Amino acid sequence: MTSPDQSWSFLFGRLTLDSLPLHEPIVVATFVAVMLGGVALVGALTYFRLWGYLWKEWFTSVDHKKIGIMYMVLGLIMFLRGFADAVMMRLQQAMAFNGSEGYLNAHHYDQIFTAHGVIMIFFVAMPFVTGLMNYVVPLQIGARDVSFPFLNNFSFWMTASGAALVMASLFIGEFAQTGWLAYPPLSGIAYSPSVGVDYYIWALQIAGVGTTLSGINLIATIVKMRAPGMNLMKMPVFTWTSLCTNVLIVASFPVLTAVLALLTADRYIGTNFFTNDFGGSPMMYVNLIWIWGHPEVYILVLPVFGVFSEVTSTFCGKRLFGYTSMVYATVVITILSYVVWLHHFFTMGSGASVNSFFGITTMVISIPTGAKLFNWLFTMYRARIRFDLPMMWTVAFMLTFVIGGMTGVLLAVPPADFVLHNSLFLIAHFHNVIIGGVVFGVFAAINYWWPKAFGFRLEPFWGKVSFWCWVVGFWLAFTPLYVMGLMGVTRRMRVFDDPSLQIWFVIAAIGAGLIAIGIAAMLIQYAVSIINRDKLRDESGDPWNGRTLEWSTSSPPPAYNFAFTPVVHDLDAWADMKRMGVPRPVDGFCPIHMPRNTGAGIILAGIATVCGFALIWHIWWLALASFAALLVAAIAHTFNYRRDFHIPVETVEETESARTRQLASLQGAAA
Amino acid sequence: MVAILSNPARALRSALALSPLALLGGCDWVVMNPAGDVARQQADLVIVATVLMLLIIVPVMALTIWFAWHYRAANQDARYEPDWHHSTQLELVIWSAPLLIIIALGAVTWAGTHLLDPYRTIGRIDAGKAVSATVKPLEVNVVALDWKWLFIYPEQKIATVNELVLPTDRPIKFRITSSSVMNSFYAPALAGQIYAMPGMETKLHAVLNREGLYAGFSANYSGAGFSHMRFAMRGLSAQGFDQWAAGVRAESGLLDRAAYLELEKPSEQEAVRHYAAVAPDLFDAVVNLCVRPGKMCMSQMMALDARGGTGKAGGFNTAALTYDKFGREHVANVAPGALLAAEKWVKAMCADNSPTAALSQEWRAPASVSPLRGAGIARPAQSRPTDTLSLAPAALDRAAKSPLS
Repeated sequence: MTSPDQSWSFLFGRLTLDSLPLHEPIVVATFVAVMLGGVALVGALTYFRLWGYLWKEWFTSVDHKKIGIMYMVLGLIMFLRGFADAVMMRLQQAMAFNGSEGYLNAHHYDQIFTAHGVIMIFFVAMPFVTGLMNYVVPLQIGARDVSFPFLNNFSFWMTASGAALVMASLFIGEFAQTGWLAYPPLSGIAYSPSVGVDYYIWALQIAGVGTTLSGINLIATIVKMRAPGMNLMKMPVFTWTSLCTNVLIVASFPVLTAVLALLTADRYIGTNFFTNDFGGSPMMYVNLIWIWGHPEVYILVLPVFGVFSEVTSTFCGKRLFGYTSMVYATVVITILSYVVWLHHFFTMGSGASVNSFFGITTMVISIPTGAKLFNWLFTMYRARIRFDLPMMWTVAFMLTFVIGGMTGVLLAVPPADFVLHNSLFLIAHFHNVIIGGVVFGVFAAINYWWPKAFGFRLEPFWGKVSFWCWVVGFWLAFTPLYVMGLMGVTRRMRVFDDPSLQIWFVIAAIGAGLIAIGIAAMLIQYAVSIINRDKLRDESGDPWNGRTLEWSTSSPPPAYNFAFTPVVHDLDAWADMKRMGVPRPVDGFCPIHMPRNTGAGIILAGIATVCGFALIWHIWWLALASFAALLVAAIAHTFNYRRDFHIPVETVEETESARTRQLASLQGAAA
Repeated sequence: MVAILSNPARALRSALALSPLALLGGCDWVVMNPAGDVARQQADLVIVATVLMLLIIVPVMALTIWFAWHYRAANQDARYEPDWHHSTQLELVIWSAPLLIIIALGAVTWAGTHLLDPYRTIGRIDAGKAVSATVKPLEVNVVALDWKWLFIYPEQKIATVNELVLPTDRPIKFRITSSSVMNSFYAPALAGQIYAMPGMETKLHAVLNREGLYAGFSANYSGAGFSHMRFAMRGLSAQGFDQWAAGVRAESGLLDRAAYLELEKPSEQEAVRHYAAVAPDLFDAVVNLCVRPGKMCMSQMMALDARGGTGKAGGFNTAALTYDKFGREHVANVAPGALLAAEKWVKAMCADNSPTAALSQEWRAPASVSPLRGAGIARPAQSRPTDTLSLAPAALDRAAKSPLS
């Protein structure tokens, strides 16, 4: 790594030609494929002259709807990467028996399981739920945008910047080989001297800025921008769960930032927070990271609880059962999620009383969670359930999640955890709740809100193929892991010496293959739907006979969402309006005050990416220069006074009367 | 409570063993069918907790399927009440049913966690046999190295690498630490796992009831050689164990500090190795990160700190206090002789760098488990350690004579 030439190492820090993983054929092949795909994409965008469109309409957009969609696209792209990692692990573990080393060496395999965890949590699940909240919350509360539209754009690009750094680590240098939470001393400079952990740190720090700011933004939005009449207990459940989620984000992400900053200090300037020297302790890291890590679980799952609530009541054609208890359950989960973190390390020698306390608080969380499940269940009671895809995902979730919840409570019993901790049983458990909960919820949400976002439904056939492949594939992939956990097989193993285990890994690999088909079917579903969009067109803006305000506007909604801010009288505001026959306003429009697009977000995040890269590779001059550029660009942005504009009243009138004609022709067709 | 509930648990276990799943591949569900009494009770607890939860999970799943089917839109005969959204009775049920389950499970958890606390000495050999007060547990000191396991038997004064041999039906007390990164010491057939962490000592009490050959491994990822960080655990009868130990003593090989430092270097797939003799304070030196000459033991440093530290003088030369920030291979730039000459305070107090006794944190098994059988749950710790920090007298003397104290 050391270059004989001083000026060379000044210019490029630790970065040398040796840093490119040319000796790893798998990585080289991937690199070639990505490059070819990238060149094709860039070529196509250039050929079809789409750069200007993308820049003006998307990258610089401060419209919460477009940012929401960009989050979903980011999540989807990273999901494909994270899933590729999963498939590689499944293949390795299915092959590495009877003395075979499989096809991955330790250096490569250890990066893969670390990257899989980091990507799936930070760059798949987080963008998905943030994207959903971004898209849906302002529409549900009758607002025209979020509180801080520029900040929203900036947050997205910071998240994308973190994702870009993780992706860069695939081809330049290496990623961490520490497991997704990078426990010291392994992640310390002594045992991980290379750039892997630094990629991890800076990707998470930069993305964390985005996540925290977006949390602040959405809290302010929900607290301050609700339509008149929508008091807290008339807020849709998804908005409630979003509020709680963002409270969790704002209260827990700073802990992650702090603990990573301490690890950075240990690695970069030789402090001793997490070494044994001078009073430091690696266990401190474990404590701190889980104080963030456990709320993080609820950050992911609470929004999808909201999704399931919306979907259940819509497709049951019924008010949600027990709205009040649903809200209280959400709030109780929010609070309790802060007093359970120690259950992640019962096995580190805490006393029995401490362990019992945290075990029991963990179990207590299952009470409000159980109450939620019962609420969905009793919403289905005496309902007229339409089994469209969102509802299918919901029922699959209910049946899958209870098992994941049960194994979770089991792991909360400390003596049981002593035998199951770090085993494949644990892996099966958290995939059971994250796939069965978060992923199924996101798919329900995509099928549910897609018509709102694009004006046409998703085609159901390929959606159902995807659904069945996913559900069956999930159980096929993870039941063997539950079983092997009970056989004492631990996680993160690369090779095995007990040949009787192989059959279970083969079954799991087949399950992963089925999930791969499910993902392919999902992508086909999107493609087919886009091609057949005219046939699937939804003119009404309310394809599911929805109950909340987002269904009261056109699909896709106009840039300003609502020409007039709606007035809310009931929990299910839109269902109430439909029942009362509230007429849609057709005149008296005013110019609408809206935020103006800005490139500041993408520019700042771009500079942050460079700064992160320079810090990872110890290119100090570039780190300093880009940090200075970051400050200058941020200050320069404060002198941008062209921040807002008014949509002229003519445009509003035109849009709204087109909508009036559309609705009239629909009614005419119906009559 | 765990004990009384173990009978239905046993019945369920046999049912489980007969299930087609278990027959498939004839696999060994070692976690559910272990050879040690502690793991046995832990497995029972897994079953008790699962059964308790199934009480509510099964009805919920059945109702979900039933409602989803019965209230499908196509079934126009089913009742439809679009505005029904509240029922106080139902709300009471949906909050209290999980609550009741959790109260039961919480009680089981509280009792089980205390009874099976790995820091607590073993109270019974198996369900039918208590440990008599005179039995002294066999002590085994465990060091997780990169990437192999070192087992030191202080009583037998021998050591092994990647082989753990245990006598059956005798309580065993493990003291566990690690030389570099975090590992987790886990032999599923014996007892639940506990982390092995550098600079720290964890404890595990267990007993092995059946002779045989079992697997043990690290359950926490620890770097490139992790997959091969496995050891064989052999259960022998008491006589067999004594013979084995005598056999090892008859072999050659001395594990002193120099040999340990050589062994500590990272290596993978190490063959089983025996040492006929062990330096007596080696394990304490490993825990206190002072195997290498010139290092002040952490226990000594902590003792100094507990007395208020050494003030500015302590900042003179901190090389002796630098333990693992540069990793296990770092050779400190200090030599004991040079130390004494150059430094007056800190290192002068630990010229011999011998570790002081470790903190004693032992909870004894309760004399009677009857309070845990529902007659009110007593405070779990029936005997608490009296010595919180025992300094070696020599170190105390030196510290007392220090002009800074």
